[in-house]
Amino acid sequence: MEALLTTVFLGSLLFGAVTAGVPLLLAGLGEQISEKAGVLNIGLEGMMLFGAYFGFAVAYQSESVALGFLAGGAGGVAAAAVMALLCVRLGMNQIVVGIAITLGAEGLTALLHYFRFARSYPRLGRIESLPVPLLSELPIVGRALFDRTLLVYLAVLLPFLLILVFRRSQFGLNLQAAGDKPAALDAAGVSVLGTRVAAVLLTGFLAGLGGAYLSIVGGGLFLPFMTGGAGFIAIVLAMLARGKPLWVLFGAFLFGASLALTTAMQVAGVNVPTDVIQMLPFAMVILVLVLFARHAYLPPALAQPYHRGER
Amino acid sequence: MSSEMSKEDAGGAVAIALSGVTKRFPGVVANDRVSLSFRRGEVHALLGENGAGKSTLISILSGMQQPDEGEISVAGRPVRIASPRAALKLGIGTVYQHVLLIPSLTVLENLMLGGAWWRPLDRAATLTRFTELSALLSTRLDPDAPVGRLSLGEQQQLEIMRALWHGELVLILDEPTSMLTPQGVRELGAVVGRLRDHGVAVVFITHKLGEAYALADRITVLRLGRVVGELAPEQLRDATEQQVIEAVIGFMFGRDEQAAELEETLAGEAEAATRRSLDRSGPPALVLTGAATRGERGECPLREATLEVWPGEILGIAGVDGNGQKHLAEALAGQRAFAAGSMVLDGRDITGLEVVARRDAGVRYITDERLGEGTSAGHSVAANLVLKEIGRPPFWSRGLTRWGAIHGHARAQIQEHDVRTPSERTPIAKLSGGNIQKVLLARELDPEARLVIFNKPTYGLDLQNTKLARDRIRAGAGTRSAALVVISNELDELLEVCDRVAVMDGGRVKGTVENAPGAEAAIGRLMIGADAA
Amino acid sequence: MSDRALPASRSASRWGGVLVTLLRVLLPVLLALAAGGLILLSFGKDPFAYYGYVVERGLLSPTGLEASITRMAPLLLIAAGLIVAFRAGLWNLGVDGQFLLAAVCVAALAPPLAGLLPHALMLLVCFAAAALVGAAWSAIPAYLKARHGINEIISTLMMSFLGVSLANVLIKIVFNDPTTTVPQTETLAVADRLARLGDTTVHWGVLLGLAAVIGVHYLMSRTALGLKLQIVGSNPRTAIHAGIDLKRLTFVAFALSAGLAGLGGAVDLLGVQGTIRADWNPAYGIAVIPLIFLARFNGWAVIAFVFFFAVLMIGGESAARRLGVPSFYVLVQVALLMLFFAVVETFDHAWRKRRGA
Repeated sequence: MEALLTTVFLGSLLFGAVTAGVPLLLAGLGEQISEKAGVLNIGLEGMMLFGAYFGFAVAYQSESVALGFLAGGAGGVAAAAVMALLCVRLGMNQIVVGIAITLGAEGLTALLHYFRFARSYPRLGRIESLPVPLLSELPIVGRALFDRTLLVYLAVLLPFLLILVFRRSQFGLNLQAAGDKPAALDAAGVSVLGTRVAAVLLTGFLAGLGGAYLSIVGGGLFLPFMTGGAGFIAIVLAMLARGKPLWVLFGAFLFGASLALTTAMQVAGVNVPTDVIQMLPFAMVILVLVLFARHAYLPPALAQPYHRGER
Repeated sequence: MSSEMSKEDAGGAVAIALSGVTKRFPGVVANDRVSLSFRRGEVHALLGENGAGKSTLISILSGMQQPDEGEISVAGRPVRIASPRAALKLGIGTVYQHVLLIPSLTVLENLMLGGAWWRPLDRAATLTRFTELSALLSTRLDPDAPVGRLSLGEQQQLEIMRALWHGELVLILDEPTSMLTPQGVRELGAVVGRLRDHGVAVVFITHKLGEAYALADRITVLRLGRVVGELAPEQLRDATEQQVIEAVIGFMFGRDEQAAELEETLAGEAEAATRRSLDRSGPPALVLTGAATRGERGECPLREATLEVWPGEILGIAGVDGNGQKHLAEALAGQRAFAAGSMVLDGRDITGLEVVARRDAGVRYITDERLGEGTSAGHSVAANLVLKEIGRPPFWSRGLTRWGAIHGHARAQIQEHDVRTPSERTPIAKLSGGNIQKVLLARELDPEARLVIFNKPTYGLDLQNTKLARDRIRAGAGTRSAALVVISNELDELLEVCDRVAVMDGGRVKGTVENAPGAEAAIGRLMIGADAA
Repeated sequence: MSDRALPASRSASRWGGVLVTLLRVLLPVLLALAAGGLILLSFGKDPFAYYGYVVERGLLSPTGLEASITRMAPLLLIAAGLIVAFRAGLWNLGVDGQFLLAAVCVAALAPPLAGLLPHALMLLVCFAAAALVGAAWSAIPAYLKARHGINEIISTLMMSFLGVSLANVLIKIVFNDPTTTVPQTETLAVADRLARLGDTTVHWGVLLGLAAVIGVHYLMSRTALGLKLQIVGSNPRTAIHAGIDLKRLTFVAFALSAGLAGLGGAVDLLGVQGTIRADWNPAYGIAVIPLIFLARFNGWAVIAFVFFFAVLMIGGESAARRLGVPSFYVLVQVALLMLFFAVVETFDHAWRKRRGA
């Protein structure tokens, strides 16, 4: 009896951890790209919300999950384009613009939702999963890890791809240089602005994808303010990961687990008010910051616009 | 310019030629109809003061800026150098005064920077070219070492390598010796020589005459954006250093009394020999014993630094940048805590005191970062003059600011120290470097000063202000019997103003040399790590 | 480079200067309203009807105007706190958590105290408690910033989320009034709330808010503490060089900033709300941030912008009921304001650089 409870509990905890962790993972990796290039993207939350809304709306309208994800990514890119134009191109304060993007996205997606879905509250059907033969039969981990949508597998592979990009490609070097010493990149004949714009747009795409996962797979519906700070947690993850994609992977699922704890505990019959559980991830961030404060690292040129000729 | 043809015949083929190049910035003509040719197999020095237009010329050649007028031709063909990338493609490589490498990347990665972004990194091809250039320069760098761990000399070698990466036509070196040890300067000289023999046109920008004389085949003097004179190889070959100095000074200033006076400063004539003899029989004013600090990312901390300075004495601190000088200055000023050791001023242990208490004890610190640290850029000249008195009478009473008194004080100081500013309310960032330095000197050199630390007091100043600052240092020691510590990486400067010179290396004081004939050689030996005799 | 003569047209352009300043402030507002109008239009709503209704209900009708002025009280206190933080170079983005936690604590404290203490003393205790709670909620970000140099943007935001959740937990579990069905705190009797000014519905908390903004304005421009905070804000390295205790001032600035936000919570509760229901979070703080920038940290300009924003909010709330435009629209409006402010600022800089150089 007890063994069964534990199995069920662990299974649902792990399942929930992955479900909650994937958006954090995608957005966190996106933020990592941005930060590497020297752009502090405070608008991440807004980009996720855009992704969540447009991802849901298109998936609902077209009845295609793939199109939904694409639209989510595009939504994130649209918000990121504003950031790229204002912060990278015009050199405006990244924090002010980031807050504006988040506020604007909150308001705009809530308005769009109000005018289109607030009466019907439509839901998407269950998303077909892609079980991995044999592995999906395993107890506990089977359903949680090996019976998921394609995006989950891709998201988990992404950190490894990024390691390759960061270490083995010109683009990776350019990103590192843009955040570390933009003047040196410029002198090497590579456009700092171009590199940073590319980084910000990529961030937008990944954050949008994360948001879309939240609405399409996580809830099957869109709700105003549904990201609930996930974007900010992703920023912290990127900050603490010190440029290492695997740390984002690890951190995202750790936070995902703490988010999933509510449901898991309800399954296990322990009743804890949702508000207490909601505090967990934020409390964890603070705890992590207090404990590992000295290890957080940000590139030297972060949040500083680049103008040729200034040092 | 009538002898243009004959000169060309004298040197190698023209690698790059400028004709009538003009560049205007708001209010200044940085380059005024500059016509110059750089030849293959020739080391060509560009000499001039700050503001002579050297930096702008480099920016144009390296594609960072576009000229407003004039033409540039490479190997006889007119070109437009639209971007740094275009310059590199043309075989024009530049090594800037400030290191432009990515510290977190390795040697090879830094060299690979600049390729098409979608490409994977081609390590094998890079390594081939790296080996080739290593042979040409006869340097030995570890291709996989993170650049942050290299010495400044090694970083410069890497920069030269990168500048030559796409072709060995023109190499521009901007003030390449400012960060190097005497040993490093010699090595650089050897590298430059090899490149010349290989047929590279080397452009060497400097404000040090001695270096230009030692290294260059041809010297061009710039002043206020114009070419004011040139010494061709045949002229240089037969001239003594003194003759060259006179000729260059003649180009720069014309022959008048002011020039004669400045000549001393420029040539670094050691007048220290005629200095008064100091009485060191009494107790020293400052005793620093075994001082150590904690270093952060990439900084060199103090490791057991010991110093003594007597009242009225000027102690110079020589050493290659980044050997603990900054930490020494900050530790003395109270901005950085001691991890070990002690500091005694006028017989009183002040090791544990912080900035304000140290200032009360008579410690003054004139930082080398005038805008980044010494002043608050957005605040007025008046506020910056009382920056270290905030909250104290007479300018504050019970925490309330008496702006009237502060502005009055500022007007008096501006008058007394000849600070050129539109008003005492002008934000200090709008002043020139020389005038900001005057504000700092006015703030720090008061009669109560007992120990004054100068960090690179003339860095980035023009000749007039350099002379002014050095005069004030000497006056500060003479009249008030305060102990003075002057940190500088310009040996000439230290030899000119100091009584003794201590050499720092790796956060330690390697030795102290009496400023007497032969001091230069002794200091040089200490700087390259040879032990004190 | 600057000691060259100033343009000769300086005196002639005095009026031009005023005009340019006015334009710099008004242009973003107008552009934001226009862009917002287009968005309304795209949802099939008449922007003129909307803005007309907002002006009428927020500004022209007496009750609306009084409501707008009353709404200014918490906004002004939050604004005062933000001025301190921003001038000291600290991005205190956690004001919402500080505000809400303080409000909840006052909501729990005031009703029992009202029976025990004289009115004035009760208010005093409540204000002190609110300021303390607010300040305490900024202690961790202040510590992380001062000791480890951790970016306060993230830590204050996290503390804000945490604070909002904690406030809900407190309301639902600890301070829950058992006599109501919806979880909320015990209601403070109207007689025990902040006194009203004359015949109006405006309570005197507004005066406190005005005093706070003006006080902060003078603190910054006329005192040693203000100058020190400004130097810390403009360049921490200069502050260290001048012997200013950076760590202490970081704590002071955070405590002042968060304490004022906490007072904002107290004033809103004691003056208007009387009780707090679970899941109530007006999120004033994040919306006030752009106003501070719009006003360029100038106290008097902040008051003007807070009034403008209060009218927009009150009018917008009425319009939500009447015209079916949800009040989320105000968020969009604020975001647009901030974006256009940044755009106008940048082009203004470029323009002045080209002309003034």
